[in-house]
Amino acid sequence: MQHSTVYENALALSLHGAMKTFGPVVALADGTIELRAGEIMALCGENGAGKSTLVKILAGVHAPDTGEFIVAGQHCSFKSVADSKAMGVSVIYQEPTLFPDLSVAENIFIGRQPKNRLGLIDHGRMRKNAATLFERLGVPMDPARRAEGLSIADQQLIEIAKAISLDAKILVMDEPTAALSGVEVDRLFKVARSLRDAGAAILFISHRFNEVMDLSNRITVMRDGRYIDTHLTRDVTVERIVRDMVGRDVDTLFPKTEAALGETVLAVDKLGRKGVFSNISFEVRAGEIVALAGLVGAGRTEVARAIFGIDKRDAGSVTVAGKALPPGNPQAAITSGIGFVPEDRRKQGLVMDLSVARNTALTLRHKFSRFGLIDGRAEKRTAATWSRKLQVKTSSMDQAVSTLSGGNQQKVVLAKWLATEPKVLIIDEPTRGIDVGTKSEVHRLINELAGHGMAILMISSELPEVLGMADRVLVMHEGLITAQLDRNEATPESVMYAATASQEKNS
Amino acid sequence: MSESATATVDTSQALSGTQDVRGPRWYTGRDAIMVYILVVFLLYAMITIPRFATPVTTGFLLLDVIPTLLIAMPMTLIIITGEIDLSVASIAGLSSAVLGVMWAGGANIWVSMAIALFVGLLAGIFNGVLIAFVGLPSLAVTIGTLALFRGLALVVIGDNAVANFPKEITAFASSKIGTTGIPVMVIPVLVVVVFFGLLLHKTAFGRGLYAMGYSKDAAHFVGINEGRSKFWLYVASGLVSASAGIFWTLRYTSARSDNASGLELTVIAAVLLGGVSIFGGKGSVPGVLAGVLLIGSLNYALRLGRVSDVVLVTVTGLLLIASVIAPSISSAISTWRHDQKLRRQLSDEATATAVN
Amino acid sequence: MSSPSHGTLNRAPASKGLGPHTSGLGAFLKLRELPVTVALVALVIITTIANPLFLSPQGMKDLMLNATIMMLLAAGQTMVIVTRNIDLSVGSILGLVAFGTGTIFSSMPNMPIPLVLLIGIAFGAVLGAFNGLLTVWAKVPSLVITLGTLYVFRGLNNAWAGPKQHFAGDRPEAFGNLSVDTVLGMPIITLLAVIVVIILAIFMSGARQGRDLYAIGSDPEAAKLFGINVSRRVFTAFLINGSLAGLAGVLYASRFNAVGATTGSGLELDVVAAAVVGGVAIFGGSGTVIGAAIGAILLNTITSSLTALRVDKFWQQAIVGVLIITAILIDRLASLRHAKNLREKEGRNV
Repeated sequence: MQHSTVYENALALSLHGAMKTFGPVVALADGTIELRAGEIMALCGENGAGKSTLVKILAGVHAPDTGEFIVAGQHCSFKSVADSKAMGVSVIYQEPTLFPDLSVAENIFIGRQPKNRLGLIDHGRMRKNAATLFERLGVPMDPARRAEGLSIADQQLIEIAKAISLDAKILVMDEPTAALSGVEVDRLFKVARSLRDAGAAILFISHRFNEVMDLSNRITVMRDGRYIDTHLTRDVTVERIVRDMVGRDVDTLFPKTEAALGETVLAVDKLGRKGVFSNISFEVRAGEIVALAGLVGAGRTEVARAIFGIDKRDAGSVTVAGKALPPGNPQAAITSGIGFVPEDRRKQGLVMDLSVARNTALTLRHKFSRFGLIDGRAEKRTAATWSRKLQVKTSSMDQAVSTLSGGNQQKVVLAKWLATEPKVLIIDEPTRGIDVGTKSEVHRLINELAGHGMAILMISSELPEVLGMADRVLVMHEGLITAQLDRNEATPESVMYAATASQEKNS
Repeated sequence: MSESATATVDTSQALSGTQDVRGPRWYTGRDAIMVYILVVFLLYAMITIPRFATPVTTGFLLLDVIPTLLIAMPMTLIIITGEIDLSVASIAGLSSAVLGVMWAGGANIWVSMAIALFVGLLAGIFNGVLIAFVGLPSLAVTIGTLALFRGLALVVIGDNAVANFPKEITAFASSKIGTTGIPVMVIPVLVVVVFFGLLLHKTAFGRGLYAMGYSKDAAHFVGINEGRSKFWLYVASGLVSASAGIFWTLRYTSARSDNASGLELTVIAAVLLGGVSIFGGKGSVPGVLAGVLLIGSLNYALRLGRVSDVVLVTVTGLLLIASVIAPSISSAISTWRHDQKLRRQLSDEATATAVN
Repeated sequence: MSSPSHGTLNRAPASKGLGPHTSGLGAFLKLRELPVTVALVALVIITTIANPLFLSPQGMKDLMLNATIMMLLAAGQTMVIVTRNIDLSVGSILGLVAFGTGTIFSSMPNMPIPLVLLIGIAFGAVLGAFNGLLTVWAKVPSLVITLGTLYVFRGLNNAWAGPKQHFAGDRPEAFGNLSVDTVLGMPIITLLAVIVVIILAIFMSGARQGRDLYAIGSDPEAAKLFGINVSRRVFTAFLINGSLAGLAGVLYASRFNAVGATTGSGLELDVVAAAVVGGVAIFGGSGTVIGAAIGAILLNTITSSLTALRVDKFWQQAIVGVLIITAILIDRLASLRHAKNLREKEGRNV
């Protein structure tokens, strides 16, 4: 173990008090991190804690508004990804971007392929260089094959090989293990350790505590865009890290009105989709808010998509009010009374160029048809009614939704589903990217809907939202439901443990 | 969360009071501009070109644009969904060839026409299955069927031309309504235009097409069946193209394998000129109607005005380029102005808080 | 190192010391040019068995001459398509340059032929640059832009030529002989085209700029992130494609008896078809110049074979259509199978 030497190693990179705002949104308030050569630093924090913004600053994607940034003893301000690369920083993303049509070797060396005497690319040497890199990493990989169809694990290895070929001294791995299987994680860790022992500084971001404890030398925790603390891994417990991460009281922003629960409206039984999730069973009753919690990538959205029929399911059944739904048929889901407010409202929820009225009426386009023709006035009337109910701020029903603010867009999405008078409403990340004012409005609205007897399935990555709103919390981890918690059992810790599936080890 | 550093300040509300955002009005929209250009051009042509404003002119002009106009209708809907159909002119050619061979083979003229239509239907189904259900890119498929259907036309009729169609029918195809100079055929064509106009603008199906063209995901989420919609559009395109082929045959009293060849590009040019976005999601039937008529009358006027036949194509091309570049330029300008306004507002707010 | 049970798609075991190359046969079977080459060879063999005259020296020469122009155009078009663009104006560019060539020779019969070639190439390059500039600058899909310039260039050609045509008699004999005389059994214009195609193929596979084109077509956003100057590369692709169409125009004037206002119209879709048949993906990223050139030869050979086989010549175009659809169908089915494999193999074990 080299923990004791870590603090004496040379400082590879330090960032202090970095702030980054996007318009009115503060993404990072105090980004602070210190990396030393020959160490693996883990960075922990909830979704939205500011980790990705910090990574993007290191990568040169974003320039921080304030803060002191030193790499290899030099003050830096990266203006582009190239600047960051030039200073020896390489970032491995969860899902690397490769060119699927180019060979593995070429993906490593694009733009700096070795040339022969004629000034042409020396494909042989390029492949050999790539092969040497993979040999160094100790992984078998054919440099001549096309990158198309490579697993994410292999794609990451290509990125790492590229980083080595660029002589990177600092390696940032942004949730590299999220989509990897056990063996692949082991292989990645082996590579990471050998790079560390060769003197590289590695920043490792993961939600899995067992990995963090296993791999890192030090752990930095962030919360709400701020640096909280840095610990030596061998001196700290998972409990402490979790406390640092969630360390806030669930406030009373979410006035849960107790509603009498009615009949079971949505029943999901042993739902499965090969390679994505399996054995998902739960029920939602009228008037109940069930939260589907878990980390990004745990398969929550995929479950919702399969329930609604956007994706085909491979196993299991879905019943709405006692009637079975056919697989892969959203129209049938809508007719039987499901509404789905998707997570990406700009791409999935709205047709941005169409007006508020058209968007609101899109779900009801069949209902407004008289002899096949849409009654425009009825359409507008309904849209106006729902816009008023939800207090959508728009100058007219003809305004294109692209000109509305994020919060108001979300209200239009809600309006278009509420107009169908659904029995079940699935809401994926109801308040992502919405300003605080509208956020609490949306929360109040969801509560009200439940109060009127609607069954609500809410997917959320924000713990306070989950804990404040839900009657029951289902926690998913890697495609499985790992916990069903009642309102009184659900605490930040219990949800976080189930989401990272570390309860069996650490609690 | 409000206690946290990620707290957000909602400037959008502050701005919404001052921002003057209006929805598009019908008289300032892209379609309206096309109509204005068309009207201005027609007035100009009537005044400056001696024989433009006569029934004869009207008649020939309209007869000339009928095939383009017909095919432009399903093409509009197809392009709005983000696809394309390059095989339309070949389908017209194939139906013309089939019509000729059936008639020459002794079949009843109505039976021959029905079979020609049926062949168009099959052609549309073929395209539709490959694009909507197999999921092939429409550009590539219809380049293939462009060759295939034209090839089949050759197989059917070869080098021959069939010309001896019944006089009363060919005469009817170019007959006029009284002395107005307006061809009788305009009536069924108008029916087709109104049908597609209503289909696109006034039905649930049409709403779905826009949604699909803008975002397949968004369409999927409201239960729109993308495959089925596209399939029917290609079937419609096949049928209408075959009708255009039949009209072409009767109007020029000649069934040949190369009838209407190259028409696909004219149609697409007219549709794009009419304001339909090649990316999908935008466009309207009135706009396309204006686009088709503008190209048609411009060509006719130039011909009447003794501008050599040959500059016509250049004008079509320039119009097309101008029509796609204009939005790029205007959107660049409006983004710039929007930014300026925002910047001014922010600096005003900054000074205001500084004073406080 | 034990390799993981999944995530190992088609990977040849990289045993130590055995160089980095894939097994030769496997790589060969995956070549995108393979289907079209096999089709061409099969076609030639079948036709020759049925009609031995097909491969006579004269028969060969005719085959080559017929394919020359299309080969050049398909090679140039490949460059553009690989970047996720398309150039529909090549037929019109060819027509303009061909007529220009005729005009030069009728007014200055003593102009040296190499100079005329250069002028033709430069003329084509200017027209191609116009396409490139509009596409890159206005950020409008090239499909629309080049549909527009298809008309504009054709119109210019019309305006310039009017009813006038230049005939073989107007040009110096030496120029016409380029399509008659042979070197190494190949007509000179064919030899020229082959050399150009080979140079282009080397550029596309051997130059960094050439590889950038593939990267752009493969993922335009990623290409930008990697610091590739997408606009400049796409512009260059249009420029080179224009020059090749220009060269093809000059050669057309040598090969064919008459050039006029309609020379080369309708060629554009044949060119795209040749590229697609030759394994060039219509949405960019993959396909080779050689494949496209072979595609062009195949499409042209079909005509001749059908004649030699005494098949009704009218079937030719229909067969071309079937070929194109088959080519994309094969591509699609392969990628569908691939995607399904990916999800099931690489997903979670759930």
